[in-house]
Amino acid sequence: MKTTEIVIFTLLFLVVSGMGFVAARWRRPKDLATLDEWGLGGRSFGSWITWFLIGGDLYTAYTFVAVPALIFGAGAMGFYAVPYTVVVYPMVMLVLVRLWSVSHVHNLVTPADFVRVRFGSPTLALLVAITGIVATMPYIALQLVGIEAVLKTMGLTGDLPLIIAFAILAAYTYQSGLRAPALIAFVKDSLIYLVILVAIIYIPAKLGGMGSVFDAAKAKFDATPAPGDGTLLNANNQLQYVTLAFGSALALFLYPHSVTGILASRNRNVIKRNMSALPAYSLLLGLIALLGYMAIAAGVTPIGKDNNTIVPQLFDKMFPDWFAGVAFAAVGIGALVPAAIMSIAAANLFARNIYREYFNRNASASQEATASKIASLVVKVGAVLCILLIDPQFSIDLQLIGGVIILQTLPSVGLGLYTRWFHRGGLIAGWATGMAAGMLLLYNIANPATNHDHFGSSAFPLSQLGFDTKITVYAGFLALIVNLVVAVLGTVVARALKSADGPDGTRPEDYFADKGDPRVHELETTAPAA
Amino acid sequence: MTTPRADRGRNPDRSPLNWLLLLPIAIPLIPPLFNSDEPRLFGIPMFYWLQLAFIILGVTSTTLVYRATRRSR
Repeated sequence: MKTTEIVIFTLLFLVVSGMGFVAARWRRPKDLATLDEWGLGGRSFGSWITWFLIGGDLYTAYTFVAVPALIFGAGAMGFYAVPYTVVVYPMVMLVLVRLWSVSHVHNLVTPADFVRVRFGSPTLALLVAITGIVATMPYIALQLVGIEAVLKTMGLTGDLPLIIAFAILAAYTYQSGLRAPALIAFVKDSLIYLVILVAIIYIPAKLGGMGSVFDAAKAKFDATPAPGDGTLLNANNQLQYVTLAFGSALALFLYPHSVTGILASRNRNVIKRNMSALPAYSLLLGLIALLGYMAIAAGVTPIGKDNNTIVPQLFDKMFPDWFAGVAFAAVGIGALVPAAIMSIAAANLFARNIYREYFNRNASASQEATASKIASLVVKVGAVLCILLIDPQFSIDLQLIGGVIILQTLPSVGLGLYTRWFHRGGLIAGWATGMAAGMLLLYNIANPATNHDHFGSSAFPLSQLGFDTKITVYAGFLALIVNLVVAVLGTVVARALKSADGPDGTRPEDYFADKGDPRVHELETTAPAA
Repeated sequence: MTTPRADRGRNPDRSPLNWLLLLPIAIPLIPPLFNSDEPRLFGIPMFYWLQLAFIILGVTSTTLVYRATRRSR
């Protein structure tokens, strides 16, 4: 037990929890019992709040723990997180403002809502909603892995601390909705920035400079028999590096929790500005990634076989007790923000695209909000059970699958924002084959290092397709190509057969509407998917 | 992409500067550009410092596009 660290951790955790409950009064709405208010914070967040909120949402505690762990274990490959988060913003900048506009005009809350209006297909919307929920669930569970890594290092074992932390989280999310993580994000990110800036200056200084850190890392990888590791990429994993970064970038804003952050912003300018401000977090992530090498140089060993503990272990070894406590709190609180937003996003999908569509067509705004609040509790309980009852490795595998399956909604959600060319039948067929292909590819990836015969990683060896090569490719990327080809062919066939297509509820100018436009106000009260 | 109609349907996001967005998308995805140990910067291999420097490229181009297409009101 490490008393100083535990005291500081607990103190900061309590302060933040208090903020979570108070958040219900922050920017107080007339009525919190609607999805717009509870689930999207009144769609009113300005540039700063949005920056903290989306930053806290995308760069999760798990990322901060897992990326250095990856670097620690495999080297250069783990650095894919940096190109991934550089490429993503210029790529989605003009796409997200279109999504924001059409969502405001039609009062949409989830990506599946958009598909429902655009393609007039409840089936396709249901598929998108289920994909979103399934992809998000393990992601929430992984946030617990982040907290667990910190608790382990402080010597707190057993399930109780974890359950208490998540119960508090569940309670204030239920009460305050998206306002809670938005308010907490300020504290979380300030702490993270502080800890990392100190770490990146203080730790290398104690280890004899960055040069010797990298030399130590190189020496470690040279000594291992594994062919894929090293401080640089090799001929066989470059394509994997590029397709993983690109595929992850394509997937990021298809996740329902990313969309929630975007739709909560006040106007289009806020989104555009954030596309140039959010890369500050990418810099942070890049520096955090290097902690993996520092851990090698400092001779840090993980607890058991759990590489995710190396960052907390490094902090514990290098920092004085009180600052290690602050650092642990940063990671622990860092898990609360994304967990809250993800559970809200998954709950909104349930409320809008399942409850309202299939169980209670005439649900009032407050019934819809209640359904979502309860769903958010269920989602969190599920995440805790997932971690406690099943091996956490299972969640990590599921999250890997999550990235691959969420990519399969790209044709309907991403391309759908630009074109109505696709036929709903083609999109459904593309989704189904893309999913099947993704599962098949992942199933055939073994990973001897973790004793996995299947679902070992996302790096698919092309030799499995009969090519004489050692090159690997991101499985999600291949599955997406299959999806797109089938969607195109399916559309051509459906048109040739004159199969009925769903009506498009949107108009071209809906994609440019901005706050202050008469249309936005005029239609704000209309029902979704009219 | 729809063709802009007179005034109301005009695309407010349209700008020749939008092409700039392609740079930070393409360049970080070409490993031969940065997959090297030397030259080092403050002891950090090029692989790492150059990829971190690409962040500046991304920020610059998104900022220029934002300024060109923002709504002044």
